Amino acid sequence: MEPVVTSGARIGDRPRPKKNYLNETKGIWSWMTTVDHKRIGIMYLVGTLIAFLLGGIFALLVRLTLLTPAHKLFGLQVTAETYNRFFTLHGAIMVFLFIIPSIPGSLTNFVLPLMLGAKDVAFPKLNLASFYLWIVGAVMAIASMIIGAVDTGWTFYTPYSTTTSGTVTLMTAAVFVLGFSSIFTGLNFIATVHKLRAPGMGWFDMPLFVWGMYSTAVIQVLATPVLGITLVLLMLERVFQIGIFDSRIGGDPVLFQHFFWFYSHPAVYIMILPGMAIISELIPTFSRKTIFGYRAIAYSSISLALVSFIVWGHHMFVAGQSQLATVVFSALTFLVAIPSGVKVFNWLCTMYQGNISLETPMLYAISFLMLFAIGGLTGIFLGTLSTDVHLTDTYFVVAHFHYVMMGSTVTAFIGGLYYWWPKMTGRMYSEKWGRVTAVIWFIGFNATFLPQFILGSRGMPRRYYNYLDQFQPLHAFSTVGSWIIGLSLFMSAAVLLASLRKPADAPDNPWGGTTLEWETSSPPITHNFEDQPVLEHEPYDYRPKAVTH
Amino acid sequence: MDWLRAWMMPPQGSEFAKEIDFIYMALFWLCTVLFFMIAIPSVYFAWRYRYKPGRVTPHQTHNTTLEVLWSVGPLILCVGIFFWGLNGWMKYAVAPGEAMEISVTAKQWLWQFEYPDGSRTINDIHVPINKPVKFTMTSEDVLHDFFVPDMRVKHDIIPGRYTQVWFTPNVLGAHVFTCAEYCGKDHSGMHGTLTVDNDADFAKWMETGGTEWEDYFNGKDPKKTPADWGKITFERVGCNSCHTVDGSKSKGPSWKGVYGSMVELNNGTSVLADEAYIRESMMSPQAKVVKGFDPIMPTFQGLLKPNQANGLVAYIESLK
Repeated sequence: MEPVVTSGARIGDRPRPKKNYLNETKGIWSWMTTVDHKRIGIMYLVGTLIAFLLGGIFALLVRLTLLTPAHKLFGLQVTAETYNRFFTLHGAIMVFLFIIPSIPGSLTNFVLPLMLGAKDVAFPKLNLASFYLWIVGAVMAIASMIIGAVDTGWTFYTPYSTTTSGTVTLMTAAVFVLGFSSIFTGLNFIATVHKLRAPGMGWFDMPLFVWGMYSTAVIQVLATPVLGITLVLLMLERVFQIGIFDSRIGGDPVLFQHFFWFYSHPAVYIMILPGMAIISELIPTFSRKTIFGYRAIAYSSISLALVSFIVWGHHMFVAGQSQLATVVFSALTFLVAIPSGVKVFNWLCTMYQGNISLETPMLYAISFLMLFAIGGLTGIFLGTLSTDVHLTDTYFVVAHFHYVMMGSTVTAFIGGLYYWWPKMTGRMYSEKWGRVTAVIWFIGFNATFLPQFILGSRGMPRRYYNYLDQFQPLHAFSTVGSWIIGLSLFMSAAVLLASLRKPADAPDNPWGGTTLEWETSSPPITHNFEDQPVLEHEPYDYRPKAVTH
Repeated sequence: MDWLRAWMMPPQGSEFAKEIDFIYMALFWLCTVLFFMIAIPSVYFAWRYRYKPGRVTPHQTHNTTLEVLWSVGPLILCVGIFFWGLNGWMKYAVAPGEAMEISVTAKQWLWQFEYPDGSRTINDIHVPINKPVKFTMTSEDVLHDFFVPDMRVKHDIIPGRYTQVWFTPNVLGAHVFTCAEYCGKDHSGMHGTLTVDNDADFAKWMETGGTEWEDYFNGKDPKKTPADWGKITFERVGCNSCHTVDGSKSKGPSWKGVYGSMVELNNGTSVLADEAYIRESMMSPQAKVVKGFDPIMPTFQGLLKPNQANGLVAYIESLK
């Protein structure tokens, strides 16, 4: 068995309780009817990870199809129709079933009440309802794949989506249901943060993870209804031909894009803010130093949430919106750079003069810094009007948003999973193999997506089944990279699952964290804390007296 | 560093392309520097301040001067980049008044182009060098996007609306154009060739109405006969708005069975419908009007290219 790496850790100074949230009640029914945020978090984790696997399989199929211009997949010919379904399902599953619900539903559900010193979220039954809505939405989405086909892309652009055959209506209805799941989660977190903070915990005593998730929840509650309305209109258009988006019956296809991005741009921040929230925990913990610029990071989360609502038009610079709107949206888009930069600089200053150990979560956090830097900086090319005209709708955009969605958010998610895994399961994983997965992940990710920037700037449009021969070497490189990513994720699954085979060995606070979730046992008892915890120091206080209290 | 630009960007087909590439490369170097400003400290700090048991870290909570600096600094940089991008984009957004206008109709999954003189081509455009060309575009079905990588321009094409793209090509030869907005099954097959000609070649090309017709007259493909070209012309030029080919009556006489028959005219005489009569009816339709029809047909003198007239004659002959 691997020795536990506990540099700077405080090994549990009290006996491990016999009963915890995992073993207090038993049987499948006790899980299905649970209102415990920790159990719901675990169920969300299992569910979203299955969706991640499914979306990942489609990603590998997309990359395999593009390996050579012959489009052979294990000897079978992939047609253009099949390819179009591959990338549609990859996008729809990853966005609606994985990235949007994953960090809020799983890690946050588990950790946020613990961090606040609360027994549970404000509305435990609503929390369970949110999970069941996710299940209903997931079943509908998968049913639409099995009984028919969806080839609209995850964006459902009209009039293609209102005129194409297939089960688009069912898929749209699935996304509608998933939207409500997201709204319920967001609502719950807002109420929890407002009402259930531990005695003595003011707004600026909350961990920055909570600030990030609070900002996320605000967007979930405010933006998701717009997606719901848009998708209802789309379904009505398909079924009753009412003429909102289809120009042949008096509608306007560009209107759909405005509606869609009015949600889906804020949704980008539903995806990235949780990633930033996790990084704000990992960096001070593994640097053993107080966070630098606490208020600046907190405010930057809120300002990103607000700015996210006024930049949707940058998806539409060449889509036929008014030219004045295009200019205004470009100018506003540059505002995003400021709070993003503020966060990165503060994280770097937190590492400065720290006492940094490179455990698995910290390796993912440093990967995040670099991948997010590339994702953010390439956004400048797309926000700049004249270069965007050439780069939009090409692989440059594909690479850019994968660096943000996957290179940043998923990297943070995996890092967070490794970070809170001992708290969630009571088990330490193999630190050595965990670190190996982080290194392979970083290599595989860059191998897959760096070439796509070049493909895009050289003029390779996205969502293309056929491509010119000159693009083949870069496509092949990218496909090999996708296998490395697959290997890393497969190894992570093995590392984490292997830890479950041994008896509970995790200390209460394996990393020396200063936030409240590390004050309780690993895994926590059903009601989280033996006694109501009281905040005794500001978050991320690594001064010696704070550690030995 | 020109090799780097040449590796990352397509060939440059216009002055505008050079300007875009200049901004692109400037941003590339700026972002490379900024990336290393983040990447180097993150790795260096991890090594320089690596874990030592018992070391106490300083309690640095914030520094307002730094926060202001790294907020305002990037803001100034961003404002500058925005205006630089706006400057280039204004050129893209406003076409010069003297630009030659080509109409584009996109549909799943081909491109139709119509020149000012009415001649039409499919998936094939010729334009003169060093003269601005403006494309006025609409779609017959779903969204498409006209993307010419070598010219660094693209714009979506929207059903029920007209959108525009323009450029001034300054490099002779073939350039690819392609669809950049997902439009269904053959989205990736929806591309064609833009050929930039010198003035003499372009004039010659315009005179003969494109090159698409040549395949129908060289006898290589049994599925492409002059009569097939005539059928395409029948639809494109709009003969079918007044003539039928199945014998039913419309504004003009049906073409079915006309060739070689005796046609009664409205002045009481009859004429043999041979090639000479059919050509005369296209170019001077008022000369002989068929009995029972109004003299409403306009002349097609100058509108029909020789190859189109030849094709129509062959088509009518085939409808015996």
